[in-house]
Amino acid sequence: MVERADTILYLDGVSVAFDGFKAIRNLSFVLKRGEMRAIIGPNGAGKTTMMDIVTGKTRPDEGDVFFNGTVDLTRHDEADIATLGIGRKFQKPTVFESLTVEDNLSLALAAPRDVFSVLFARGSAKRAKRIDEILETIRLGHRRWHLAANLSHGQKQWLEIGMLLAQNPKLLLVDEPVAGMTDAETEETARLLREISATHSVVVVEHDMHFVRELDVKVTCLHEGSVLSEGSLDHVSSDQRVIEVYLGR
Amino acid sequence: MISGYLARNGLESRIIATIVLILAAGIAVPVSNLVLDPLHPLHVPTYIVALLGKYLTYALLALALDLVWGFCGILSLGHGAFFALGGYAMGMYLMRQIGTRGVYGDPVMPDFMVFLNWKELPWYWYGFDQFWFAIVMVALVPGVIAFVFGWFAFRSRVTGVYLSIITQAMTYALMLAFFRNDMGFGGNNGLTDFKDILGFDVQADTTRAGLFAASAAALAIGVIVTARITGSHFGKLMIASRDGESRARFLGYRPEMVKLFAFTVSAVMAGVAGALYVPQVGIINPGEFAPANSIEVVVWTAVGGRGTIIGPIIGALLVNGGKSWFTGVLPEYWLFALGGLFVFVTLFLPKGIVGTFQAHIGRGREKRKANRAEDAQTPSGAEVSPVGAE
Ligand SMILES: Nc1ncnc2c1ncn2[C@@H]1O[C@H](COP(=O)(O)OP(=O)(O)OP(=O)(O)O)[C@@H](O)[C@H]1O
Ligand SMILES: [Mg+2]
Repeated sequence: MVERADTILYLDGVSVAFDGFKAIRNLSFVLKRGEMRAIIGPNGAGKTTMMDIVTGKTRPDEGDVFFNGTVDLTRHDEADIATLGIGRKFQKPTVFESLTVEDNLSLALAAPRDVFSVLFARGSAKRAKRIDEILETIRLGHRRWHLAANLSHGQKQWLEIGMLLAQNPKLLLVDEPVAGMTDAETEETARLLREISATHSVVVVEHDMHFVRELDVKVTCLHEGSVLSEGSLDHVSSDQRVIEVYLGR
Repeated sequence: MISGYLARNGLESRIIATIVLILAAGIAVPVSNLVLDPLHPLHVPTYIVALLGKYLTYALLALALDLVWGFCGILSLGHGAFFALGGYAMGMYLMRQIGTRGVYGDPVMPDFMVFLNWKELPWYWYGFDQFWFAIVMVALVPGVIAFVFGWFAFRSRVTGVYLSIITQAMTYALMLAFFRNDMGFGGNNGLTDFKDILGFDVQADTTRAGLFAASAAALAIGVIVTARITGSHFGKLMIASRDGESRARFLGYRPEMVKLFAFTVSAVMAGVAGALYVPQVGIINPGEFAPANSIEVVVWTAVGGRGTIIGPIIGALLVNGGKSWFTGVLPEYWLFALGGLFVFVTLFLPKGIVGTFQAHIGRGREKRKANRAEDAQTPSGAEVSPVGAE
C-alpha cells in the first residue's frame, strides 16, 4: 500500500450520487508523484465524473480526495484547484472560440490570476518565447492568429493540450485526447504525452486501446463507479471481468 | 499630436480616429455656436447644442453598457439607474447652488424641503455645496452600488436572464424609493430650477457650449478607458469569461471578479454620463430610473453593435436622432418604432451596424495576417521537427 504522503493524487472511499443514481461508488485511486496512468472503462463508468471531483466541479458525497499528499481538494473550488497545480483537458474540446489560438495559450500561461495583475500584465519576451515553443510542439504555428472556432476537432484537442502545457500544472488530467484524430495524430499525441510525463504526473482517460498501448503505462479500468481491474495493460485486458463489461462488447 | 500620443499607447487606428472625431466635434460645435453669426449657414443654434450634448451623454451611457454587455456578456437592464444616480449627485450640487434665489429664499435648504416643513438639511445633503464633493459622489455612489450589487450577484453565479431580471428590479426599486417625498430627493418632481454651475448661468450659451465640450471630452475619455481595458490582456480574459466562464475557472481565473470589476467601472462611466446630462436638460426626476429607460440603452447598443467600441456610440446617436425626429412627427408611435427596430436588428443585424461592417473588413484582415504568418513560418517549419516527428 502506498503512503498518502508519496502521492500526487489520493482518492479513498469516494462516492457521488446524482439524483439517487450512484455515479461513483466507494472509489479508491492512487497516483504516485511523476506517474502516468491510463484509465479505461465503458461509457458511464464514471471516468469524467472522477475528474470533475478532482477539479472541484463536483463535490463528493463521501470519501477523501487529497492532492500532493496533504491538500484536501474537497475544501477548494475550481479556480483554487487550478492554481494549486491541477490542469484539465475536457472530453469535449473546450477552448475559447472567439479568441485566437495565441490568445488561448496566452490566457493559459502560468501567471498571477487576480484581476489587477491581469489588468496591468505586460507581454514579455519570455512569454512570447514560451508561446512560440508551445505552438511548435502542438504544430499550430501557422494558425496562431486564427480564431480557435475555425480549428478542426483534432486541432482543438491539440490547442487544449497546448493550454495545459502553458499552464504547466503538477498534475494533468487528460480526458479522451485523441477522439477525432487520425492514426498518425494519435501516435503523435501518445508521444507528446509520454514526453510530458517525464516531468509531470498525468492521468489519461481514453477508449482507444491502440493509443493506451502506445502510452505503455499502468492501466485502471473503471466500471459502475469503482475500480474493476488495475495493472499492466496485458494484465487488465486479460481480466475476465474487463472482457465481459468492456473489451468483449 | 493627440493621435501620436494615443498611438504610442497602443490604440488601434480606428479608435484613434473616433477619439479625434469626438474631440473635433467637441470644439467645432461650441465654436460655431458662439463665434458664427446666427444667420451663418454653419451656425449651430443653442438648442441644438444642448440636444447634441445630451446625445453625447447617452453615447457614453451606451458605451458603459457595452463594456459589460458586449465584452462580458452581462445583459444589464438597469444601467439607467447608475446614470440617474450620477445625475442626482450633480442635481444635488445644482440645487445647493440656488441658495437664497429659491422661491422660499432659504440659504441652505432647497425649496421642496422648506415646502415639506423640514427644519434642517438631511445629513446626506452635506457637502453637496462643494463641486469637488459632488464630482466624487458622481463616481462613488454608482460605483459602490454596482460593486455591492455585483458582489452578491456574480459571486452567487447569477447569470443570463436571471441577472437581467434582478438589474431591472434594482432600477425599479430605486425608482419607487426616489418617488417618495420623505427620501429627501424632491419626490416625483425631482430636482430642477437650477441657476448656475461653478458660478456660470446654466442657461447661458457659453455654459451650454462648455457643457457640450465637457460631454465630448468625457466621451473621449470613456472611449480611451474602454479601449485600453478591452484591448489589454484583461480584455481577452473578459471575452474568455463571457464565452467560457467555467473553462476560465479551470484555468485558475475567477470570472465573477472579472465581471465585478467591469460592472463597477461601467457604473462609474454611466454615473459620469448622468452628471453631464442633468445640467444640459435642466432636471432630474425619478422617471430616469424607469425600467424602460434602461431597456432603451440596450436597444441603442444593439443597433450600433455590441462588442465594438464605436458601435454603441453610433447606435446612441442614430436612435436618439431618430427619436427626436420621430417624436416630432408621430409622437404616439415612437415606442412601436423602437420595438420594431430592436426586433429588426436582432433578426437581421445581430452584430449591429458597426459589427456587421467590421465583420466584412475583419475577415479580410484576419486572412491577410494569417497569410503573412504562414509565409513567415513555412521555411523554418520545414526544418524544425516538432516533438515526435519521425
Ligand atoms: N452532473 C451530472 N448529473 C447527472 N448525472 C451525471 C452527471 N455527471 C455524470 N452523470 C452520470 O454519471 C455517470 C458517469 O458519467 P461519466 O461522464 O463520468 O462517464 P464516463 O466514464 O466519462 O463515460 P464516457 O466514456 O461516455 O465519457 C453517467 O451515467 C452520467 O449520466
Ligand atoms: Mg467521459
